Amino acid sequence: MKFIDEYRDGEKARPIIEEIHRLADRPVRLMEVCGTHTASIARYALRKALPETIELISGPGCPVCVTSNRDLDKAISLARIPGAAVATFGDMVRVPGSDSSLALERASGRDVRVVYSPLDGLKIAEEKPHLKVIFLGVGFETTAPTVAATALEARNRGLKNFFIFSAHKTVPKALKALLDLGEIKLDGFLLPGHVSTIIGSRPYEFLAEQHGLACVISGFEPLDILQSVLMLVRQAKSRRPRVEIQYKRGVKPEGNPKALEVMDQAFEPADVEWRGLGWIPGTGLTLREEFGDLDASRAFDIRVPLAKETNGCRCGDVLRGLIRPEGCGLFARVCTPENPLGPCMVSFEGSCAAAYKYGS
Amino acid sequence: MCVAIPARIKSIEGLTADVEVGGVSRKISVQLTPEVHKDDYVLVHAGFAIQVVDEQEARETLKLFEELGALETE
Repeated sequence: MKFIDEYRDGEKARPIIEEIHRLADRPVRLMEVCGTHTASIARYALRKALPETIELISGPGCPVCVTSNRDLDKAISLARIPGAAVATFGDMVRVPGSDSSLALERASGRDVRVVYSPLDGLKIAEEKPHLKVIFLGVGFETTAPTVAATALEARNRGLKNFFIFSAHKTVPKALKALLDLGEIKLDGFLLPGHVSTIIGSRPYEFLAEQHGLACVISGFEPLDILQSVLMLVRQAKSRRPRVEIQYKRGVKPEGNPKALEVMDQAFEPADVEWRGLGWIPGTGLTLREEFGDLDASRAFDIRVPLAKETNGCRCGDVLRGLIRPEGCGLFARVCTPENPLGPCMVSFEGSCAAAYKYGS
Repeated sequence: MCVAIPARIKSIEGLTADVEVGGVSRKISVQLTPEVHKDDYVLVHAGFAIQVVDEQEARETLKLFEELGALETE
């Protein structure tokens, strides 16, 4: 496929890997914060190709994984409303909440449908005016503009039976919160490619300027990631931290202004809870008052009991980069893709799912 | 979740486009990239084009990989 295959050429990887080996003569700790990077690194066994001096840590980059049990429980309670149909992205369906999951609700006869696009949810609402279609909005800044555009479209079409439950979150402030925890010492970040397609490079500049961290916005193919690691090592060695864009074919410094404008029209920042990181002010997206009639959290009475966490599940620690999946006692023993106990094993971009499937 | 695939715009009608990825066609919204043209490549995520692929930059990136290889053999 064009713009993909060329970046997977194994032959071209060799010189990059050799250059990294040559330069990385002291420990370099890098964190990646994008589920698609987690999956790509595991799939192409990139950690094995890199020298031992480079530690590539997984952070809170999987939006499904960082959705709190409380939000999951709320989504599940929405599915139980008579006459409601929950439309969701596929990887949310099997994530366990306190007592149930959307998959279990579906098995009990509730209307839960997997969609590829929020526009598909809109289409269902149009075709079935008697159904209350509630779209479960999960994702960072890559996805939020698509949901915002859908909200605008629902408005344009005058739909009264389409709702959005937003669990959307934003990345840059979450990275600051992660650093402020002071738990891990890092030299740099491998920054998300498609979040940056939307937000550009400027929102990350504080990482370099205030925290002295090397930053590279990376594409997702193995050559992209390897080149980005090389750029990060060069930055760390030269002690000139800045935000560079490796993924130039997909990211402009100013991002996508139209997408940002649409996102801003429908959403405003909110204080939300991240699995593993707790409440982080201003990192959530909630529908603006003008779109209140589309907001599921306003339209429906969603009250849930205090969320329960699975005993022994260490998704939170995995998401903070404190342990690798193997560090969790449940990993591969009780918690497997067939019987997942936490979101890191359910989502195809979760660290645990990647480690289980591709090994470490 | 952040997966976005490069796809070629075959035709545009208003804010909807027909795209082609690896031989398969589908309809997507170009609401977020209103400046697209036919035959542009766009990144498609959740049924929307989120950015036009900069083909010049794509070529530059590939060239950088080649150059690193060339340096190695000198």
